[in-house]
Amino acid sequence: MTAETLRHGPLASYAADLASFGATEMAFVPQWSLRVDPSVCPFPLPTDPNTWAAEGDRELLWLGPDEWLLVGGSLGRVASALAGVGVHHSLFDVSGNRAVLDLSGKDRREHLSTGCGLDLDTRSWLPGMCAQTLLARIPVLLQERGDATRVFVRSSFAGYLVTWLARSRPAI
Amino acid sequence: MSRRLPDGGSWIDRSRPVTFRFDDVEYRAFEGDTLASGLLANDIVGGFRSPIIGRPRGVYSAGIEEPNAFVEISEPWFDPIVAATTVEVVDGLVAWSRPGIGRIREGTSEPRVEHRHVHVELLVVGSGHDGLVEAETAAARGDRVLLVEQAPRLSGSGTSLRTEGVTYLTRATALGLYDDGYAVVHERAMPVERLWHVRAGRVVLATGGTERPIVFADDDRPGVMLAAAADGYLHRFGVRYGERVVVFTAGTPAYSVATTFRDAGAEVTLVDARPTPAVKGEIDARGALVGWTVVGTEGDDRLRAVHLEGPGRERRTVEADALLVSGGWNPNIALWRAIGGGVRFDRERACFVPDGGGPPWLSVVGAAAGEVRGDSSYWFVPADDYSRHFVDLQRDQTIADIAGALDAGLTSVEHVKRATYIGTAIDQGRISGALTAEIVNHLLGADPGAQGPTSARPPAMPVPYAVLAGPYRGELLDPVRTTPIHEWHVEHGALFENVGQWRRPWYFPRDGEDLDRAVARECLTVRSSVGVLDASTLGKIEVVGPDAGTFLDRMYTNRMSNLKVGHIRYGLMLGLDGMVADDGVAMRVADDRFFVTTTTSGAAMVLDRFEEWLQTEWPELRVYCTSVTEQWADVAIAGPKARAVLSAAGTDIDLEPGAFAFMTFRDGTIAGVPARVARVSFTGELSFEVMVAGWHARHVWEAVIAAGEPFGITPYGTETMHVLRAEKGFVIVGQDTDGTVTPHDLGMDWIVNPSKGDFVGRRSLSRSDTRRPDRKQLVGLLPEDPQTLLPEGAQLVFEDAGEIPIVTVGHVTSSYRSASLGRTFAFALLAGGHDRTGSTVFAPLPEGAIAATVTEPVFYDPEGTRRDG
Repeated sequence: MTAETLRHGPLASYAADLASFGATEMAFVPQWSLRVDPSVCPFPLPTDPNTWAAEGDRELLWLGPDEWLLVGGSLGRVASALAGVGVHHSLFDVSGNRAVLDLSGKDRREHLSTGCGLDLDTRSWLPGMCAQTLLARIPVLLQERGDATRVFVRSSFAGYLVTWLARSRPAI
Repeated sequence: MSRRLPDGGSWIDRSRPVTFRFDDVEYRAFEGDTLASGLLANDIVGGFRSPIIGRPRGVYSAGIEEPNAFVEISEPWFDPIVAATTVEVVDGLVAWSRPGIGRIREGTSEPRVEHRHVHVELLVVGSGHDGLVEAETAAARGDRVLLVEQAPRLSGSGTSLRTEGVTYLTRATALGLYDDGYAVVHERAMPVERLWHVRAGRVVLATGGTERPIVFADDDRPGVMLAAAADGYLHRFGVRYGERVVVFTAGTPAYSVATTFRDAGAEVTLVDARPTPAVKGEIDARGALVGWTVVGTEGDDRLRAVHLEGPGRERRTVEADALLVSGGWNPNIALWRAIGGGVRFDRERACFVPDGGGPPWLSVVGAAAGEVRGDSSYWFVPADDYSRHFVDLQRDQTIADIAGALDAGLTSVEHVKRATYIGTAIDQGRISGALTAEIVNHLLGADPGAQGPTSARPPAMPVPYAVLAGPYRGELLDPVRTTPIHEWHVEHGALFENVGQWRRPWYFPRDGEDLDRAVARECLTVRSSVGVLDASTLGKIEVVGPDAGTFLDRMYTNRMSNLKVGHIRYGLMLGLDGMVADDGVAMRVADDRFFVTTTTSGAAMVLDRFEEWLQTEWPELRVYCTSVTEQWADVAIAGPKARAVLSAAGTDIDLEPGAFAFMTFRDGTIAGVPARVARVSFTGELSFEVMVAGWHARHVWEAVIAAGEPFGITPYGTETMHVLRAEKGFVIVGQDTDGTVTPHDLGMDWIVNPSKGDFVGRRSLSRSDTRRPDRKQLVGLLPEDPQTLLPEGAQLVFEDAGEIPIVTVGHVTSSYRSASLGRTFAFALLAGGHDRTGSTVFAPLPEGAIAATVTEPVFYDPEGTRRDG
């Protein structure tokens, strides 16, 4: 057995709950936390607050003026680019830090609005946006992908959040 | 009698009959009826009782201002108490009269509750003409508009037309307005109830007005109703409330009600209290008794006759089955007033109207803005005896009660409210509030409007707790955090305790063990062999950058910058006040990289504090902090067999003491997965803390359990962890400290290094108060009876049976039964405790004082001989 086959995701036993509201767990998605001054970073980063950009097989989510979450892809090129220019930065694997679920149902905006105070209306919450907010009183990171809204939730809260979402789906 | 006319009723659908039960009798009504209109259509004019003195009462209004007609709904949903005027009849509805007090019943089904957040450019409260115009105008501009109406139907003109871009919510009451256009709305879409959190760019209040009555003797009898309400029952439901009707008013609007009832075939006597009608040529004033008043009513359970008095004090009695009262109109401005909107008294309309002062995003239109039809300033009929002049029907309070409060010396309407409880019932004084203020003004000889109604506060209408709670109830009451090993703990019978939002294993009972026996077994197993603890909840922060060491030197009391790579150091963090705020260890991963742990409950606070200092005080320091609390699970193996177990679980790390010293760490693999292993100890025993990615935690935990089986390994929880650490004299920040404890108070002078330069809290440690010798200091306590357990929190005194009151000198912070020591022991914070070793203190308790000897706070292996196994 390899280390990969020995993994046990935080939502492994929540498949039925997830399916009940049209959600899918994206298990073991690679994630890195990057902190760096974007003006000296050797590769481009989205600097508009609460936006994300895709670059190859990697997505870069703005979390703060000097903080991004890198999702997907492999780390090598990023790490070597940063090391190559020697800028002060921090880069950590946080793949286990957050569980990832995609909500793709048509009613997902209404559903998320049962527990999230952000304006998730189609005219305000657009593909390419991301935001750190509260959902069911839990800190989450939302990423709008157009065909789905991706929810990053710290692993310890994942079970509660999925149970909460399964019970709070609106009747209309 | 009150009955349904053959025609009319804009709210009802006569093709859809329904049946309902009220107090165990079945009645017929139509879809669209309210329970109140359904009762009145069946001539149920009384049927209710007042809550305090039990007088017969009937439906008095047609809306949320209702003070009399309260019911419990038991089918098809449950509501312990609600106004019959606000309940829509559905087929099979079962209702019971309730005198103003509801009762929660076991086993009833509750409505489903949803919470919703919505953002709009405009929120309109109220669906009258003015509200609809505002909504339609904004929607035409492209704004998102939400319009909420508390009634089941929109009330303005063109009610069947709905404008695109406007979301219409009926049966929806705005409970309160808050800063920056935030509003909370309760929607009753039975059997679903919704609480809407609305964020609006602008809010327009089109909340209309509410009619008020005139107060006279026996004004509460069934058969007395607000005139506009009776008018509404006729128009909306085709229900004519009476056949022989007296309309009592002092203003113009009720004249049209008289006309309407005449046109509907009723015999009407119009009584106008004014000496002369204020307006010339008033519509249809035929036969109006001008200058007359109502001075009393008759009838047992319903009105039979009305006593009138003329301008020359002549008396006349009119047989009547309905008395419709109109004393003027008040704008509905509770929401406006509650968020700071100003008001002034409008003498012409005899009511308070909005007058500036509200927030810039809020405006008021229409009747709510003061465009009410009222022109009456007549509040009550003078009499010698005011004991049956009811002002607040739901609190059974009369003018005599108000006069009594004034006689007692009260002069403020606010005080009168609290003395009489007027306005504090379910209807929240919608009818009685303005009346009470004017009666107080009159009795004090002040001008009308000298004092207004009492303060308005949200919620504007009672709201069930279940609606506010919404989905946050039962097991979803508060977010729950679990570790990656949680399901194993559940499967293996752990009992849990809440540590902040974390749910941590408390202990793992076997074979029916109770807490004491399980913890004794777990403790002895760790001390004699090996145990394993899920320590994944510890906070973890990566601190990275060329200045990381300098930064940590400023955050901790001791020096971290000289820590060698691969080594670990314990650290204490203070607040600016010099008090202990958190503790943990720092591991130096590289010259420019530390891995720092915090307490479970302090994790977020410590990261916030790091960021705050870096961003606001030391932006020149090149340091980044990243929370990795949930990236890493932590499996702590403790006991003399810990090395053997870890070795058996499989590792490429050399675990021998010579190769792997205490307070160092190694990176490698454990049970086939990448791990960082730290030799720290919170038990005093040989310990290895194995940190692995969260998704590998269950695998590693199970591998350790399997490897430990030959040694009788036990999983242990927080209780055993607490006992073991206390035996060794390790404090828990937040249990043995409470924000008033310095490192010196804990006897931890050794960890404070004032020579290394400045650190957070350093200056405060030199204040005279933090140097007082009689500060409460951490000590150990050994009860004289070794089986007696001191309660945690027990206060301490120096002398038993001293003078009362007696000065307490400290309290117990931790207290346990120790299987290793074969006795109980405790920690306490005790005044001047460091100099009191060997003396006796007492915990005075109701069942007698417990005597205990003061000791050093280390009970087990003080020489530290066991940490290498």
